[in-house]
Amino acid sequence: MTDKASHRGLLLWLLLPGLLALGVSFVMPMLWLLRASFSTSAFGGPNGEWTLANYSTVIFDPFYWRVATNTLTYGLSVTFFAVLLSYPIALFLTRTTSRWRGLLTALAIAPLLTSGVVRTYGWMVILGDRGVINGSLQALALTDAPIRLANNFLGATIAMIEILMPYAILAILSGLGRLNAQLEEAAAMLGANRFKVFWRIILPLSLPGVLTAALLVFVLAISGFVTPRLMGGGRVFVLGTEVFSEATVTLNWPLAAALALLLLIIFSSVIILYRRALRALEA
Amino acid sequence: MNQTSLLARWSWRLLITAIYLFLLAPILIVFIVSFDTRQYLAFPPESYSLGSYALVFQNATFIGAFWRSLGIGIVVGFGAVAIGTLLSLALTRHRFRGEGAVNFLVIAPFIVPNIVLGVGLVLVLANFGLLDTYPGIILAHLGVTIPYTVRTVSMSLSSVDRRVEEAAMVHGASPLKVFWRITLPLIRPGLIAGWVIAFLISFDETTISLFLVSVKASTLPTEIYRYLEYSTDPQIAALSVILILISLVVVIALERLIGLRKAV
Repeated sequence: MTDKASHRGLLLWLLLPGLLALGVSFVMPMLWLLRASFSTSAFGGPNGEWTLANYSTVIFDPFYWRVATNTLTYGLSVTFFAVLLSYPIALFLTRTTSRWRGLLTALAIAPLLTSGVVRTYGWMVILGDRGVINGSLQALALTDAPIRLANNFLGATIAMIEILMPYAILAILSGLGRLNAQLEEAAAMLGANRFKVFWRIILPLSLPGVLTAALLVFVLAISGFVTPRLMGGGRVFVLGTEVFSEATVTLNWPLAAALALLLLIIFSSVIILYRRALRALEA
Repeated sequence: MNQTSLLARWSWRLLITAIYLFLLAPILIVFIVSFDTRQYLAFPPESYSLGSYALVFQNATFIGAFWRSLGIGIVVGFGAVAIGTLLSLALTRHRFRGEGAVNFLVIAPFIVPNIVLGVGLVLVLANFGLLDTYPGIILAHLGVTIPYTVRTVSMSLSSVDRRVEEAAMVHGASPLKVFWRITLPLIRPGLIAGWVIAFLISFDETTISLFLVSVKASTLPTEIYRYLEYSTDPQIAALSVILILISLVVVIALERLIGLRKAV
């Protein structure tokens, strides 16, 4: 065997297992998804008929319009509040000199190690009709009937904000990490007060991190379905929950495929927008 | 210090404390509720006991699903590290045609939401008769974890001093021996980190699993999800606390072994 041929053989053995595994678990599913979205029966295989019916359902049925706008509203409100609440924590963690800093950083990120299903359950306990908040309000005789905090959009949003905050904190932290402390000192020496230092120096320089945090939270929020489904009590309709119920309840796989691809299109558009915005910020 | 800045300092501290409380609230509450004895969900608990924990350990569904998840996670961890290491070697040590395509294939799963992939996986695995089977769920989890192991192993590989390998080669070691005796020990932190990450992702993965498994290959997160659709009793809280403790142990072990900073 020549040297070149043996090199080729080696390369083949290095690549083959990975290409096979990713081929079956990623490439094929994406191709079949695309094919199914244009088909009348999903399991019919490549000989099945081609149709645009699934897409026309997704585009013209007012129900799916509402699902699409719900998804965007949900994604945007979760993103807004998750970033708003994560920023102070990240700022606090970058500048605290406390000896608890390591522990506090770990605590801020620790929820990531706890399954999203488990934390959703935690929010069901907190926001439910007999949960922590309603229980306390009634014990204090502030309300007679429980306030509806769960089984609706509000509950699903609150839970999702908390579940995604650790990602936002991490992203903003790494953005703030690049900040040069001397810049702040210089500004302060030149007579800027703390608020002005924040507004003119810290905030603008941390914007790339904020943008990354927003992207992460948004894409994870719009593709989630476990939290909106459990917290929404079947009353919250977003793309994630609809893909899941078309697939597992109605068994309308072609429609599930078309909805999933719509989600993927929104997903990719947001990523493209993010890259443009980042380039504009860093220019 | 004047009064306004003192006020500002305290309201800042209050704000930070409040946000921390919000962030940790579900975990704290789950912990408290897990000691409740009643069979329905209400707060605060009237009395405290370990009854819910005892119920979890008697629950055959949860116990079975736990062992399944553990087994699947272990296999996925080794599979993803092995395949990821081979891919990393090809990508970092060799130039070849189609390298860009392989690179893209390794990054692409990151930008496809799991729920989208879940639908596609059902369509493919159904045709192979692999729905609700171990090979099916392991294959699916390999697809989502390989991109992570390629990343961690590649990072380790790129920090290896090639001259050490060359020195061994000069002294007559075969390429396989060099890899086994020099390269592999040097990238061990990356391999361990990759294994742990793949294991944790597989153990925790809910979205894709919910599409692919029903009875025979159901995993712990899918069983918890299905249970929560009908009931929210404290048993789930006890189970959650156990799971939190397990991931805590894994993370502390990881920290001891290689240091978290390097792993993430």
